[in-house]
Amino acid sequence: MTGEATRYRAAAPDSLRAVTLDAMVALYHRASGQTHVVASPVPEILEALHPDPLTLDALLAQLSGRFDIGDADVRALEARVEELVAAGLVEAL
Amino acid sequence: MRHRFDVRIGPVGFRVGSDWRGPVAQLETLYRDYPRPEDGIPDFTVRLFAARPWRRVVRPSVMISGDYTIPDAAPLPLRLGLLAAEMGMNLQMALAQRRYLLLHASAAERDGRAVLMTGVSGAGKSTLAALLMARGWRLMGDEFALIDPETGLVHAFPRLISLKNQAVAVMEHALPDGRFGPPMPDTPKGDIRHLVPDARAVETMDRPASPALILFPTFGHEAAERPVLPSESFVRLTQASTNYLALAERGYDALTRLVTTVPARAIDYPDAQTAVAQVETLWEQTA
Repeated sequence: MTGEATRYRAAAPDSLRAVTLDAMVALYHRASGQTHVVASPVPEILEALHPDPLTLDALLAQLSGRFDIGDADVRALEARVEELVAAGLVEAL
Repeated sequence: MRHRFDVRIGPVGFRVGSDWRGPVAQLETLYRDYPRPEDGIPDFTVRLFAARPWRRVVRPSVMISGDYTIPDAAPLPLRLGLLAAEMGMNLQMALAQRRYLLLHASAAERDGRAVLMTGVSGAGKSTLAALLMARGWRLMGDEFALIDPETGLVHAFPRLISLKNQAVAVMEHALPDGRFGPPMPDTPKGDIRHLVPDARAVETMDRPASPALILFPTFGHEAAERPVLPSESFVRLTQASTNYLALAERGYDALTRLVTTVPARAIDYPDAQTAVAQVETLWEQTA
């Protein structure tokens, strides 16, 4: 499977708690019991990837449409998403 | 066990069983004004026992165990039996406390509101709390602050104040009439002497307080201070909590609430007296 074809889906919103601390957000993942302190655009990525999974290109298009992403770079986005996959917050399909 | 001592410190009841009379006699003296566990039932049990039967008398050496045990903990010589008991009580709290979010922090209260002071060992938590007590604050604890996830209030845990190295002389000078435990030189943690919390700290230990200021003190620098953002405060306090993970979502709720409602500052200080002045100034400004 090529990178472009991989689709990603975020954990369901009811499995995540989020409290805005300042520029950072504390996420609590009920399934793992783990807490993640994250910055934008992580909360936005999680929101965009649920309920329907998206490819990286589709995710980037959606984020770019909603937010002012200056240097829209699919490689940088992939790195962020892969971190979320490693943390168990996003599933690669 | 041959000898037994029961005590309640804040909301937590302990039973210390010992193969030797000595540590129990010291605990009885130092904790003489403390209540017993509710209904006589302790929450945690600590056992001080000889590694081998003959080690009760030959080069007596104290092993620590309890409901929770660190398997590789080295035994202490009997002259440090009191320290072994305190370490055992701390260990049970750190590993087994589930009712409260446990922060490795000292706490002092004024007008129903509390300052929490956290930091690595040697940051001066105990000394600062003891000096504030000497200046009329109510000591809530020098080691653990207990946050109730239901209410967000801080509950006191005023165990014996554990003074190390230079802090011993500082407090002997600040509280010449204070009740101190026996000097214990050359422990694995340096020179240690316990200070008994004052009568007020013991009499009011069941009264919780509203957290009003979080401080991250660091010893050994020029006096300085800076605000700490809630996110940094959150991360540092998860590291300063021994049971954040065990409390799961209750811990998350308690800690996010704490850091988003209570201001936090980092302070650098060159000596304890300067630190106390910094704390009281910050208290006036923020709390």
